[in-house]
Amino acid sequence: MTLADISSNLLYVAFIAYLIATFVFGGAVKGNKKGTFRSEQRWGKVAITITVIGFLAQVGYFITRWVVTGHAPISNMFEFTTAFGMTLVGGFIILFALYKTAVLGMIVLPIALLIIAYASMFPSEVSPLIPALQTNWLAIHVITVVVAEGILAISAAAGLIYLLKVVDQKKKSKQRFWLEAIMYSLVLVLGFVVTSTFFTLTNYEADFAYVNKDGQPSEITYNMPAIFGMNEFEPMTDGALTPLVEMPPIVHAGKLTTVFWSLVVGTVLYALIRLVFRKRISAMLQPFTKNVNLQLMDEINYRSVIIGFPIFSLGALIFAMIWAQIAWSRFWGWDPKEVWALVTFLFYAAYLHLRLGRGWAGEKSAWLAVIGFVIIMFNLVAVNLIIAGLHSYA
Amino acid sequence: MDKLICKCGHENPPGTILCESCGRPLNEQEQDKKLADMRYEGTARRSQTYNKSIIDKIWNFFSSVKVGVGIIIILLIAAALGTILPQKQYVPATTEADIEAYYTDIYGSVGTVYHALGFHDLYNSFWFISLVGMLAISLIIASLDRFVPLYKSLKNQRVLRHSSFMHKQRIVAEGPGDADTLKKAEEKLTGLKYKVSTDKNGLLAEKGRFSRWGPYVNHIGLIIFLFGVMLRMMPGFYVDETLWIREGETRAIPDAPGYVLESKGFTLETYTGEGEEEKFGEAIDRVGTVAKNYQTDVVLYKIPEGALPGDTADMEVVEEHAIRVNQPFKFDGYALYQMDFQQDELKTMSFELQNKETSESRGELTIDLVNPETTYELEDGSVVELLGYYPDFSGFENGEPQTATPLPKNPGFLVKMTTPDTPDGETSFITIQNTVEPLGDNDYKLAFQGVETRDASGLTVRKDRTLPILGLGGLIFMIGVAQGMYFNHRRFWIQQQADGSILLAGHTNKNWFGLKKDLDQVTEHASLPTYRDQQEDMEAQEKREGEQLT
Repeated sequence: MTLADISSNLLYVAFIAYLIATFVFGGAVKGNKKGTFRSEQRWGKVAITITVIGFLAQVGYFITRWVVTGHAPISNMFEFTTAFGMTLVGGFIILFALYKTAVLGMIVLPIALLIIAYASMFPSEVSPLIPALQTNWLAIHVITVVVAEGILAISAAAGLIYLLKVVDQKKKSKQRFWLEAIMYSLVLVLGFVVTSTFFTLTNYEADFAYVNKDGQPSEITYNMPAIFGMNEFEPMTDGALTPLVEMPPIVHAGKLTTVFWSLVVGTVLYALIRLVFRKRISAMLQPFTKNVNLQLMDEINYRSVIIGFPIFSLGALIFAMIWAQIAWSRFWGWDPKEVWALVTFLFYAAYLHLRLGRGWAGEKSAWLAVIGFVIIMFNLVAVNLIIAGLHSYA
Repeated sequence: MDKLICKCGHENPPGTILCESCGRPLNEQEQDKKLADMRYEGTARRSQTYNKSIIDKIWNFFSSVKVGVGIIIILLIAAALGTILPQKQYVPATTEADIEAYYTDIYGSVGTVYHALGFHDLYNSFWFISLVGMLAISLIIASLDRFVPLYKSLKNQRVLRHSSFMHKQRIVAEGPGDADTLKKAEEKLTGLKYKVSTDKNGLLAEKGRFSRWGPYVNHIGLIIFLFGVMLRMMPGFYVDETLWIREGETRAIPDAPGYVLESKGFTLETYTGEGEEEKFGEAIDRVGTVAKNYQTDVVLYKIPEGALPGDTADMEVVEEHAIRVNQPFKFDGYALYQMDFQQDELKTMSFELQNKETSESRGELTIDLVNPETTYELEDGSVVELLGYYPDFSGFENGEPQTATPLPKNPGFLVKMTTPDTPDGETSFITIQNTVEPLGDNDYKLAFQGVETRDASGLTVRKDRTLPILGLGGLIFMIGVAQGMYFNHRRFWIQQQADGSILLAGHTNKNWFGLKKDLDQVTEHASLPTYRDQQEDMEAQEKREGEQLT
């Protein structure tokens, strides 16, 4: 087995460990019926042990991959997103050591699993660095950012638990709607993972010739049955589904097809869950939060932000500017990724001013933390894949 | 407005909530509260006191946190809007008309509207810059409004406070004490790194006051940063030039007087996927070629002072250097960056002057595509005159040939050919693989013989004297954030009353848990009365009342 194989196997180990730990944490929380914390602590201990094993395996993956590629493994979508999952779990382990909050594990670990699964949908072979990335600033800037984002995501997880507990599931309200919308979007990510995995395993490929937005003839390979066709497409693979709709040149119909399939499969999954359990997902999760200490969740939410925000400022703005000055000759160029880092910074600045200056704690703070996570995910996913810019390395 | 005179005799500035000297509440609203509002020590903030003149109103507007957050949110949304479509600097068009056409061509009506709204250059728009300016004003005014009175108040604070002040603190303890209680408390507090001051029958212990300045320090950092950004609009602070230099060429560096650069050549390396790079084979197969290195080898010369402009005879070699991406060449406050390249740019084109019928040659000529000559003398008195040269021919406009760029990408030549056979001369317009004879059929033609090519490097010339200011701003911001967030300001007031009993109050701006841990130690050491957390008591009571109702 080569070191590269060991590296990817360690990632599998981590994934499976997180998966098992999720259920053990769930059991620990659920088993604690009377609110005595004895059984919760006992099972919590088992769960955190499994989590730590998974985390160590993932750190092992990270280090071995660093050795194999010769550069910090954070240079493309697969590597960055995987590392994001790792910092998220790392942050949770530290918090668990402080506060012994099993319920946090029950929420953070599935999110980390989704993130790592999402990452695996991108090409994962080791890739060489283009000249712009050949510098130590790659490691300094990106690792700082990924740590900060992991910590900020913890604040969102704490916020989510807070909301799961306080939002009334029996009464129709905006809060109930949006909380369920968050759950639905998590299922959509699962839909994407399921769809991609299915068509990868079945080796689906369909090639098309098309005319790109600059009027040049190009070719594209679809890995899912083409619903949307590229501009002036011509099928090149026999027997493949002919696209139902042709898109104008600025729309990347290939990506749109992926989004479409993920939406369809995700929605079907969500509908199945609702049909089987006859309950909203948030209502299903609510009983798990029965013994949650709201003040503690609020505290974790706030603590994570006051630690994550300065690290984010340092990594995503200051280090980013220093590197941009070295590589691109200007420290700031209003590239979409830069702008969204600024948006994230401004958002958390607003969070802190509202909390410290206007007393927005508790539920309001919880919503803000969740929105902050949405902004971070938007910067990670949409800005890389939809809004093309200098940072589109995936 | 009049000064507020407290019962203790102290004169407070108008608008004061808690007496600066003894801490008594000075208005009824405050008297009714169970806990004192300690955020700004109950001082008179200008924004909360005056609201008459227009200046008052502006001041009050910008000092509000609500307004500040409003500006942040609007700025955040505006910044996000600018990423929907690419900004104009990332669009492959240079003139205003071309840019406008690009948005419509590529993005349709959405692009037209986006351009019409000015969103293609959003971050340089008047309104966006005004918003940033408003944020800066808000940072300054909101900070001054709070910092000045807070600073004065904490600087002049007294040890002895009125019992009403003490009782309105969140942490309070009351009970019997011994003769040496104060002494022991002082001992322990000093041991816990508190600064203790005493006055008559009381003591004030304080720790971490500097953390109160954190927010103002980080705001100062941001203001310095924004000031640095503004400064680059001043001449001399900022240079941003592009220098295209070809292999073997020597050129003056724009905006860097006295400096001349020679290019020894441009190198583009790609990953081979062999040997050491075998591990990258799969990735390279998937995406095609991956660049490994862009490099221009240069020699920097300096023209001695006092030499005439353009006199390059006495220039001295300063340094030979390889400019690579991520490794700019720095000298004398300037930096040269490897930003772009053009491989196999046309250098020269050779032609043969031929009789069309007989193919008889009248000689060859080689045209330098960067510095073409105007006449080329050939054999037997034949002459080719270059009437017009269009390095990047893009078509005709009003019958005139046009060039899109000054780079020789698609050269066009308007020539007049004179031979002993055709003494009046014949005119011809030549582009690659195409010849137009505008004034009738010619007897002679210029037959294409070959080209020479070379690489060109696109370098950015940068000088940015604002960088140290920006760096300082960033550093101060980070210090301020850490100072305000990771430290806290803790105080205890302890008084021994005439009957020997102890009255204690404690306050911190955050982390009450830490404050209580300190107090636990002091309580144990000095046998202080047990303290209570009035806020928790209130919350517990509310909870009980709530439960009774349901």
